[in-house]
Amino acid sequence: MTTTETAASRQPPAQTDEPREDITYLEAISEGLRDEMRRDETVICFGEDIGAFGGAFKVTDGFYEEFGAARVIDAPLAENAIIGAAVGAAAEGLKPVCEMQFADFIACGFDQLVNVAAKLHYRQGVAVPMVVRLPSGGGFSGGPFHSQNPEAWLLQSPGLKVVAPATAADAKGLLVSAIRDPNPVCFLEHKGLYRNVRDQVPEGEHAVPLGKARIAREGSEASVIAYGSSVPLALRAAEELGEDVEVVDLRSLCPLDTEAILASVRKTSKVMVAHEATRSCGVGAEVSALISEEAFEDLDAPIRRLTAPDVPIPFSPPLEQAVLPQLDDMKEALGELLGY
Amino acid sequence: MRGDVAVANGSARASAKAEAREPSGGLLTRADRAALLRFMAMMRAAEERGLTLYRQGKVPGSFYDGCGQEAISVGSSFALRPEDRMCILHRDLGAHFVRGVTPDRYLANYMGRADGVTGGKDGNMHFGDPQLGCVGMVSMLPDMAPVACGMAMAFKIRGEKRVAMTYFGEGSTANGQWHEAMNLAGVQRLPVVFMLENNQFAYSTPNELEFVVDPVERAHAYGFPGVDVDGNDVEAVFAAANEAVGRARAGDGPTLIGCRTMRMHGHGAHDDMSYVPPEMFEEWSQRDPIDVYAKRLVADHGFSADEVDQIKAEVKEYVADCAERALASPMPEPERATEGVFADAWQKLGNGDAPWSRWQSENGSHGANGASA
Repeated sequence: MTTTETAASRQPPAQTDEPREDITYLEAISEGLRDEMRRDETVICFGEDIGAFGGAFKVTDGFYEEFGAARVIDAPLAENAIIGAAVGAAAEGLKPVCEMQFADFIACGFDQLVNVAAKLHYRQGVAVPMVVRLPSGGGFSGGPFHSQNPEAWLLQSPGLKVVAPATAADAKGLLVSAIRDPNPVCFLEHKGLYRNVRDQVPEGEHAVPLGKARIAREGSEASVIAYGSSVPLALRAAEELGEDVEVVDLRSLCPLDTEAILASVRKTSKVMVAHEATRSCGVGAEVSALISEEAFEDLDAPIRRLTAPDVPIPFSPPLEQAVLPQLDDMKEALGELLGY
Repeated sequence: MRGDVAVANGSARASAKAEAREPSGGLLTRADRAALLRFMAMMRAAEERGLTLYRQGKVPGSFYDGCGQEAISVGSSFALRPEDRMCILHRDLGAHFVRGVTPDRYLANYMGRADGVTGGKDGNMHFGDPQLGCVGMVSMLPDMAPVACGMAMAFKIRGEKRVAMTYFGEGSTANGQWHEAMNLAGVQRLPVVFMLENNQFAYSTPNELEFVVDPVERAHAYGFPGVDVDGNDVEAVFAAANEAVGRARAGDGPTLIGCRTMRMHGHGAHDDMSYVPPEMFEEWSQRDPIDVYAKRLVADHGFSADEVDQIKAEVKEYVADCAERALASPMPEPERATEGVFADAWQKLGNGDAPWSRWQSENGSHGANGASA
């Protein structure tokens, strides 16, 4: 590795009073990562094809030129080595941001993630500030190995934080907070949102705290508790139905903002939990259990879940659409909930 | 040898200071040699004491030791400087002692006590003292090999002349993570030293069912040297480790050191070793690393038999005192069970002891003699 530091040569654009153009979710991830690398020289990127190639989805496009091979490190195709080496580097004071080319491949690095990274502070008091970026989700015929939403795997492993932004602003702000957090943070970036979601993203310093949900839409008749790709789906369904529906964007799955969930339930008394991941023992099950334990008497209807069924994500478009929750599914489920 | 003080604090600094290096002896002073014997004897004595505690029912779970393999962890870790880092494994208690862990903390860890290195959070050899520059092992093997690579990556990125060292058995070389770590180390030319302990069996599985080609020979395929040493010869291990550490520190990349040895106890205390042919066990008994080295100190290095016996006796007494301290340690409070899942802040790893006389002037507050004397 040669150190070709050119960070100083590229400064963020000067602040102006003009409102900024909306940027995509993907651009926001890049911006958050680039800002943190400029701000903190201990931040490094490590993953497959992330160097001169700029990553499979181009999140690190231009990073190699700006920060050099010493900080933007192309890894051999070896997910356990990527995550394991990130643990060692983090213990020694770096802040590695690892990229799994697709979230599905976390399975190949799972041992290092759940047995080494997640447990190290509990067992030995060694903090490992690292981020694992996980391009997740389906909707583009990626098939069973390029479409998965692995959050439930991660949430069963105490010691990992898990975040899943739904907007470009949160994609930047949550990534910044994830990088600054002294724990391993799994950052689920939904591929379907990469170029389809575009919104106002604050330039410069923008950190969204982990563990704080966001009210994406105010309403009083029913609550949709969602995250990631299910948030825009819920917003669109509510608009098209013209109903007074509240949409809670969880943003963080661990830590989970239980107060925000319960507050919305107490307000609307009708709840649907929506996610693209499979159903059993998923986030929806956890949130439903929380509500029945803490807010049972506030409910006016059984809690509904809108999720993928417990099947692998199939390849062919009609099969995939049958599995992943669609807008019509959301509208139908919401209509039923409102009519209960 | 004025070994009493040094025994108590797990080092030879005080005595090493008073003696000049042997003009022809190369790298090791007389005090260094006494220290090598002392650390090996300390590992043996502490593990024997731990086994007794296990048989008395004071150790939950099972008991794992490195009987017969003492020369490897002691000889290799002895080459390190304070700011180097380690991932120490379950047959390598000697490395913990060289770096400054005391036997009372080791025994307390086995018994799940509050004063164990992990405070009861993890058991047996699953520990590492971050204040002494160690990131401790997990059960999955060789998971610490990629982690050691990561520490070495940090050194390299920052341009520091520091080295990471880790251990694994020959059984681990069958696992894919072994290949991942070797390959990453080779591609990145990382300052890491891999200590491969071929103790003849992966639990009950003999070498011929583990691999066809000796794994140390694979090193050249990853683009770095593989060195084969007698793992029961502490000075041979030290010399190989020192050369590898020097190469890593100079920016010349990793080394795989294959140490031939024999695990003289079962995989754990529950294992009766019925799979080991008696003649094999007998043959390796003749090559006990502590006995071999004690004889060599007398034959080649001017030690008297009394001196050697005294070192061993002092170690035994020290370990007995440590065992009393460990037994006096309370069990952890149950409330601790749910604490510490997440960190509030990153904390820098501390430096380990570096008792080799060569580093005497560089030892800091965690230097060779610590403050425990």
